[in-house]
Amino acid sequence: MRLSRTIDPSVRRSRKQHISREEVEHIAWLAHLELAEEEKALFTQQFNRILDYFRKIDETDTENVPPTYHVLDLVNVFRKDYVKESLPKEESLKNAPEKEKGFFKSPRIV
Amino acid sequence: MSRWYELSAAEAVGKIKNQELKAEEYIASLLERMQKVDPKINCFVTPMRQEALEKSREVDAKISRGEKLGLLAGVAVAVKDNMCTKDIRTTCSSRMLKEFVPPYDATVVKKLKDEDAVVIGKTNMDEFAMGSTTETSHFGPTRNPWNLMKVPGGSSGGSAAAVVAQEATVALGSDTGGSIRCPASYCSTVGLKPTYGLVSRYGLISYANSLEQIGPLAGNVRDCALLLQVISGHDDLDSTSANLPAKDYASALRDDVEGIRIGLPREFFGEGVQEEVSKTVWRAVHKFEGLGAVCEEVSLPSMSYALATYYIIAMSEASSNLARYDGLRYGYRGELDEGDWPTVYAKNRRVGFGTEVRRRIILGTYALSAGYYDQYYLKALRVRTVIRRDFEKALRQFDVLIGPTMPVLPFDIGEKIEDPLTLYMCDILTVPANLAGYPAISVPCGFTDGLPVGLQMLGKPFDESTVLRAAYTLEQNTDYHKKKPVL
Repeated sequence: MRLSRTIDPSVRRSRKQHISREEVEHIAWLAHLELAEEEKALFTQQFNRILDYFRKIDETDTENVPPTYHVLDLVNVFRKDYVKESLPKEESLKNAPEKEKGFFKSPRIV
Repeated sequence: MSRWYELSAAEAVGKIKNQELKAEEYIASLLERMQKVDPKINCFVTPMRQEALEKSREVDAKISRGEKLGLLAGVAVAVKDNMCTKDIRTTCSSRMLKEFVPPYDATVVKKLKDEDAVVIGKTNMDEFAMGSTTETSHFGPTRNPWNLMKVPGGSSGGSAAAVVAQEATVALGSDTGGSIRCPASYCSTVGLKPTYGLVSRYGLISYANSLEQIGPLAGNVRDCALLLQVISGHDDLDSTSANLPAKDYASALRDDVEGIRIGLPREFFGEGVQEEVSKTVWRAVHKFEGLGAVCEEVSLPSMSYALATYYIIAMSEASSNLARYDGLRYGYRGELDEGDWPTVYAKNRRVGFGTEVRRRIILGTYALSAGYYDQYYLKALRVRTVIRRDFEKALRQFDVLIGPTMPVLPFDIGEKIEDPLTLYMCDILTVPANLAGYPAISVPCGFTDGLPVGLQMLGKPFDESTVLRAAYTLEQNTDYHKKKPVL
């Protein structure tokens, strides 16, 4: 058994920067989100406060505690493999902002 | 015109079935009410006047033909705008989905229609259900019918406000971290988050799939039970839907709590909870004692980690669930010639999503990214287990746990929106039920300075009946649910 870590929040808050502006830009890029310049600074500041609060969970001892991905005891659900009617093509394309010859129209990939 | 909009769902069904009242007359009265009061409150993103009138005429025609009618014959139901409605736009109160018209009905909507309910409109919400105030909507905030300067709670703020303003008789909301119970508390309605898996999520636009459930909002506990009866049950189209025998929730409505064991978690009355709120809830606790319930204090030490755990998991799941919005198959799309695919994708999402949605996607992506996964996401899932065990233990000892729904009274519109962390803190008492998957209800328990206070009750998994019974008993012995705002 390990003792749970205790962290003095005042020390942590003053010293630790959890995420830099460059990291925020990088993560936003990974998430396919463009950010405005002024937003980058604001988000960095807000994220540091939020992540600092999140680290509260470090105080809990979770040695030998399994993760809960889901509250139900999920088992794989199977159904019979039979053919069902699917949405007609026009219906499937109905909400597409741009389409051409029965396809979704995408920006250039390369 | 008569004030038919004041009827409860149970009363409306009774009168319509007995042919004392035409469904059309009752629906017209609600639509007139909506036209009068909604400009002040902004409950509806998409009112469905024409569709509702047509449906009510169909119900009347069924009656005149002597056909059998469903459990919700003619009842006006408002549906939160994150549940798909065939041929009616479903926006999630986001610019991203402003013009999205689903080609199918969510299972809950289909169930409403099968029971002859009349969907009267789609209600306003925090964008993608991310918020507790209904301020982040692309269509402007919903106002609290008790005080138009205050927030109605969220994210199902439009649904709760519509019920208490009597623009709809009952409503559907969804609850990921309190999004049914919070607005129920702030608007003085009944709101129930069912056990995870009781209600199908097919056609619910996903935010955090391991936490969210659809549930009823109503003016009283009987209507809440009636709506739960209609929407619950197994669904092949949702692989997380529980396959259990159906229950009769109407039989749970007994004015009796004799011998029921009520646990009062110390942490629900602790730091951060306004004294006026605590006091009001304590008065209800004494009422329960007077009615023969056994109330005892209990401790849930892991409560102090619940909020951080919830937000890490919810944001992580959100970042994954919202990755689908690329503006290609549906959703907001700028000009194609603005660049290559990643550039256009990122631009669409900048314009299509509001600030809070982007904040959560980025933080969720961070918590799931290599190097931080163990520290945030996996750690949060382990703490989730610790929290669940705490609640399991408490609910072995007690039939229900009681506390306030919200730690603070409804606050001013604009007061907290610029400070995300402070706003998140308001969810401290509601998120545990989602982390554990347990049923939880908010019922009106009093007023302070003219603002409503909600009492929250958590029950054992799939034991909505006991929660409803206790809520019904409180309601039968108080008058708060009868008070309506002056509009």
